[in-house]
Amino acid sequence: MSAVVAEHDDHHADEHHDHGPAKGLLRWIITTNHKDIGTLYLLFALAMFFVGGAMAMVIRAELFEPGLQFVDPAFFNSMTTMHALVMVFGAVMPAFVGLANWQIPLMIGAADMALPRMNNMSFWMLVAGVLLLASTLFMETGAPNAGWTFYPPLVLQPITVGKAMPFAVFSVHLLGISSIMGAINIIATIFNMRAPSMKMMDMPLFVWTWLITAFLLIAVMPVFAGAVTMLLTDKFFHTSFFNAAGGGDPVLYQHIFWFFGHPEVYIMILPTFGVASTIIPVFARKPLFGYASMVWATASIAFLSFIVWAHHMFTVGMPIAGELYFMYATMIIAVPTGVKVFNWTATMWKGSMTFETPMLFSIAFVVLFTMGGFTGLMMSIAPSDFQYHDTYFIVAHFHYTLVPASVFILMAAGYFWLPKWTGHMYNEKIGQLHFWLSVISVNVLFFPQHFLGLAGMPRRIPDYAIQFADWNMISSIGGFIFGASQLLFLYIVIDTIRGGTGEKVSDEVWEDAAKHSLEWTLPSPVPYHTWTTPPICVPTEHVLDSH
Amino acid sequence: MNKAKQLFAGLILMALGLGTAQADYTLNLMKGVTKVSNDIYDLHMLILWICVAIGVVVFGTMFYSIYHHRKSKGHKAAQFHENTTVEIVWTIIPTLILIGMAIPATKTMLELNDVQASDMTIQVTGRQWYWDYKYLNNDIHFESHLDEASEKVHRTVGANPHTVPHYLLNVDKPLVIPVNTKIRFVLTSADVIHSWWVPDLGWKKDANPGFINEAWTSVDKPGTYRGQCTELCGRDHGFMPIVVIAMEQPDYDAWVKKTLEQQKQKPDLSDQTREQLIAHGESVYLKNCVGCHQIKGGGVPGLIPALTGSAIATGKWESFDGFLRAGTSKMPKFDKLNGKEFAELMTYVRNDLGNNVGDVLQPKQTALPDDDE
Repeated sequence: MSAVVAEHDDHHADEHHDHGPAKGLLRWIITTNHKDIGTLYLLFALAMFFVGGAMAMVIRAELFEPGLQFVDPAFFNSMTTMHALVMVFGAVMPAFVGLANWQIPLMIGAADMALPRMNNMSFWMLVAGVLLLASTLFMETGAPNAGWTFYPPLVLQPITVGKAMPFAVFSVHLLGISSIMGAINIIATIFNMRAPSMKMMDMPLFVWTWLITAFLLIAVMPVFAGAVTMLLTDKFFHTSFFNAAGGGDPVLYQHIFWFFGHPEVYIMILPTFGVASTIIPVFARKPLFGYASMVWATASIAFLSFIVWAHHMFTVGMPIAGELYFMYATMIIAVPTGVKVFNWTATMWKGSMTFETPMLFSIAFVVLFTMGGFTGLMMSIAPSDFQYHDTYFIVAHFHYTLVPASVFILMAAGYFWLPKWTGHMYNEKIGQLHFWLSVISVNVLFFPQHFLGLAGMPRRIPDYAIQFADWNMISSIGGFIFGASQLLFLYIVIDTIRGGTGEKVSDEVWEDAAKHSLEWTLPSPVPYHTWTTPPICVPTEHVLDSH
Repeated sequence: MNKAKQLFAGLILMALGLGTAQADYTLNLMKGVTKVSNDIYDLHMLILWICVAIGVVVFGTMFYSIYHHRKSKGHKAAQFHENTTVEIVWTIIPTLILIGMAIPATKTMLELNDVQASDMTIQVTGRQWYWDYKYLNNDIHFESHLDEASEKVHRTVGANPHTVPHYLLNVDKPLVIPVNTKIRFVLTSADVIHSWWVPDLGWKKDANPGFINEAWTSVDKPGTYRGQCTELCGRDHGFMPIVVIAMEQPDYDAWVKKTLEQQKQKPDLSDQTREQLIAHGESVYLKNCVGCHQIKGGGVPGLIPALTGSAIATGKWESFDGFLRAGTSKMPKFDKLNGKEFAELMTYVRNDLGNNVGDVLQPKQTALPDDDE
């Protein structure tokens, strides 16, 4: 069989013609092409972004005023739970896998991903997992409503989570397998398929950050799968992992969950760092400042992510030694994260900057992510966290690190690479309108939540005391504007795919972009097959060397 | 800082036409009324100002660069891409700042953790969805539920919460403590994980089923301090507030005496009219049943059975009574209610919530011999 395949390939190689994609819908189902799969991932993530966003709109509508207006408290809890699960596992993570699929082979001079069939399988398994989860919305007893963290005993309680519980667990299994396969594929591609002259320390930072993220995924997804499987056996087979009456401990679950959960939040932010480090130098027309320290900072953050998990549990009742250790370890994260922010600032310093939409989103990312980092530093101070924990201050913190950070960078990546992928230019005016609407409304949405949390509003409540009314209303107004503004992005994506401004984009797209990374040396739009022979010149120290 | 923020908030509110009528908003952490809560407030302000200072330097540099180093101004890009000295400096300075922060934080953490040498102990048990307080030094023991006014409004679509004083932050029986006394709390739960938080005391602590957590406080000044459960504990997580009243020692002693006397009182088993029974029954229902069976007795489809038309609730009252006292694997037993409450509750459930059995149950009928104790 393999001989036949080899012969078949040789035959084609001799004829020197590309085979294009399969025709019709089947192309998208059976495709093993990294660009097609990248597109699938990105479109799926975009769809889920709107599904999860719709749930956020329900939450903000109910919280617009005190009192009960639209939804039952249990459904409200389902919305907060599902909003988180859909956004984390359906939108942000798949979007970055989509970017990895498109960009990593292009950036390292590889013809495709190392394991193309597995690539297809991991995408469709993701779809299956998300559909399984979404199906619980239509059950009589409702979708899971014990929070995305699935804390026992609440999640095991028959009067709280009905029939949805095993569905959510099996969905996590599928999503986990999908992520692990994706991660294996990325690691195999980066290690084996780089252009021969590209050393590890020549790789673009996006490739580096994804390589490190992939290791995090492989390390922690099985832990999460294990934890939810223990929930399953506790519920259906009468084990007592998390039941004190049977000798277990509900807090044990929290330790296992956050051993997964903390690296998980870095899985959503490390590739973000990579994209920012790719975009900022192009528009500053300078090489990235401190390339090596960026790599080391990323690796340090990834390592630290494994040893700080219990800072999510300061009030759970830990021994004082544990409290202090997790406080110190968490504070240390500020150092490598600071290095990254300083490096981006230094990259802009004395540059020759222009402010197209991708750059605007990237600058907003640096500023607003840093604000999320500041509140993170505040929360690392354990005694203060005894006040902040489980309040809207926390909600504000992690939304700053996820929405104007991860999501903004995904938007930036879209504006940055869509012209390359489609060969069409997006409408810069509408792009900038989208940016300004987003950046203003996201702050109106999340900044007041700091005040709410400090004033004493707990998170995950469907109704609140009167003194929280004003800021909730302002936050909701910001939320509605932010939600509506994202329809502009949808319009721009569709418009760009269908021809955009009609202006023919050059191979480089952005001025001197080809100095920074290999994909800009390819034609626009990128042909269906690229780098069938690896490139000879690769960027070193992040600038293409003219050997 | 606080002034500036107040001003900023006022401007936004004015712009939105919300007016200054609701000026009761807070922007910052409250200082609270204990030494620890004040220490925590100081830590919070210190780290906040450090963050503001770093932010001013970093964002200042960035925006200077964004303004001056732009192509439209003809700025030519420099091509430097590393500087070891600078990189070492901006690794070491944050490290030093963090060490500086860690020292006071450690001190406060140790203080927060020190439950030794307490003057009295209160056991706090979280339950779906109320708190249960037990004073271990005397025999005071009571439940603390959301007040009835909030209970009715938050369960009614479109009801106006502005009419309820301390909406969602009021309880029927507050926790009463003396001032300037080191009080140790032991916290646990009877069902799922809850978390006990009164911001003015400076901390929250989880109540875990099957385990006991400790915490302590010593309140400096008399007053009423309000808080809420802060760990998601099911559908009524948002509706189990905490109210702590701190009193001067003599007032507290008087309260203890009065409460102990009330606890010893036998329930009044005299007959009531049907209307009285139903009205009192509603109060019992709102405290004990409404969380699951809902305000109109409809239950939750697929999870909680409805009481409207329920065969058990509307069948023979003796078997309904037995069912309530025994409980099931899904429903807790309610043997904590006395004969009077049973009569009121059953009369209410059988003649309201869409049921119309038509009978009237009197306390004397439903009281067991030991209910009088």
